[in-house]
Amino acid sequence: MRKLVTLGISGVIAGPALTGASLAADVKVTIEVPKLDVAEYHRPYVAAWIEKPDGSVAANLSVWYDVKAENKKGNKWLKDLRQWWRRAGRDLDMPVDGISSATRPVGKHALDFSSSAPPLAQLQAGEYELVVEAAREVGGRELLRIPFKWPAAAAFSGTAKGKDELGEVALEIKP
Amino acid sequence: MKTSLKWMVVPFCVCLAVPASAHRAWLLPSATVLSDTGSWITVDAAISDALFYFDHNPMRLVGVGADGPRGERGPRGAGGPPADGAPPATTGATGAPATPPGPGAGGPGGGGPRAMPRQEITILAPDGSTLAPQNGAVGKFRSTFDVQLEKPGTYKLAVIGGGLTASYTLGGEKKRWRGTAESFKTDIPADAKDVEVTEQQRRLETFVTAGKPSQEVFKPTGKGLELEPITHPNDLFAGEAAKFRLLIDGQPAAGARVTVVPGGIRYRDSIAEIKTTSGSDGVVSITWPEPGMYWMEAVVEDGKAQLPNAKRRASYSATLEVQKP
Repeated sequence: MRKLVTLGISGVIAGPALTGASLAADVKVTIEVPKLDVAEYHRPYVAAWIEKPDGSVAANLSVWYDVKAENKKGNKWLKDLRQWWRRAGRDLDMPVDGISSATRPVGKHALDFSSSAPPLAQLQAGEYELVVEAAREVGGRELLRIPFKWPAAAAFSGTAKGKDELGEVALEIKP
Repeated sequence: MKTSLKWMVVPFCVCLAVPASAHRAWLLPSATVLSDTGSWITVDAAISDALFYFDHNPMRLVGVGADGPRGERGPRGAGGPPADGAPPATTGATGAPATPPGPGAGGPGGGGPRAMPRQEITILAPDGSTLAPQNGAVGKFRSTFDVQLEKPGTYKLAVIGGGLTASYTLGGEKKRWRGTAESFKTDIPADAKDVEVTEQQRRLETFVTAGKPSQEVFKPTGKGLELEPITHPNDLFAGEAAKFRLLIDGQPAAGARVTVVPGGIRYRDSIAEIKTTSGSDGVVSITWPEPGMYWMEAVVEDGKAQLPNAKRRASYSATLEVQKP
């Protein structure tokens, strides 16, 4: 049913849809840092990236860590973002402009990207997954995935819900 | 000190203190994957029954900890005084207790007749330089030392040993003997019969990486049984297959017997070992069932001994950490 509607609409806007790749799409990633009832709380390290089906990294979106610590002391725990460390982190010399930033407090945090600017400008058409990984000192680690297709023919929104170290993660694409 | 030179000399002068049977010798690093250069790790070195528990003997290493009143030996001690020239064999004699050694003989600082010579530990940095172990100590069940990873890349910690074992009959009685090529000449009685000699070549390793894994430390020496990674040993994940090529004297080791044992034996009923054999290209493939620390051993037995009419038993073992994906 939904497919039929989509086809109908795309018929109407066939003109712009064909040249859609050259138009800027907006991508919004929302990451919720959950409130936790623990004796010792440290803000989590969080990494968000776009993964290809073979597990390699198509784009690094964001890494929140103790970026301001003296002598790069905050780097010590980057490897606790295990999957990110394997796929991207160990190849990077942190901090990286445009990717690294400070850890964030409890709440929802929105990250806005445009398809016409890095890190998405070079993203080839295909199947991808948004991956968000969180690791907390004296705490646990959690990883969430949201599959999506790029470029999106129609508005896309996907969510994933964490159990421990992440709240809701949402991906919205507006072509 | 030149690494190549040292590695040539060590197999002929050191007798590895690994008893026969079920005891396994291992190095256990506190971490294998680190994100920052300048990080420290601490390493336990032990010979034990169960993996990875301290339940038998410390592995005695040159430059790690004091060994009785004579104290540190060797130029590789962590900031210690230069060598006093005392060979390791005399340490036990001077440090021997007045009372006959009891079950505790061979313990820390105890020396005693059972104390084996110390083995050389080589800590190879990503750039090919070698490091001395720091803050060494020898306890009842384990030795321990620290290593600072100041350069980015992969470090290799290796203990290389060798020696001779022999069996023979003397006056109708079966005898067993362990020693070196030197002592072999004098220890075996002239009227011994059915003398069977096996030359042991052992290599025991573990790997630690700061930052991006590197390849420099895997250059084979061409002596004994060695591991050439196809999958990097600091890039192992549960559920994924890892491939390693085993080399004997620098060539692919076909048909090597490989045993893989997961740590944590105390908390399960089965040893849960994985047994496999390397292919004609020397390659062995292992799929790790769970994350954790693993002990892997490969063995090759052939006739390529230095001594005439002797067999060779070359073994390689490694402690490997498998991560959760």
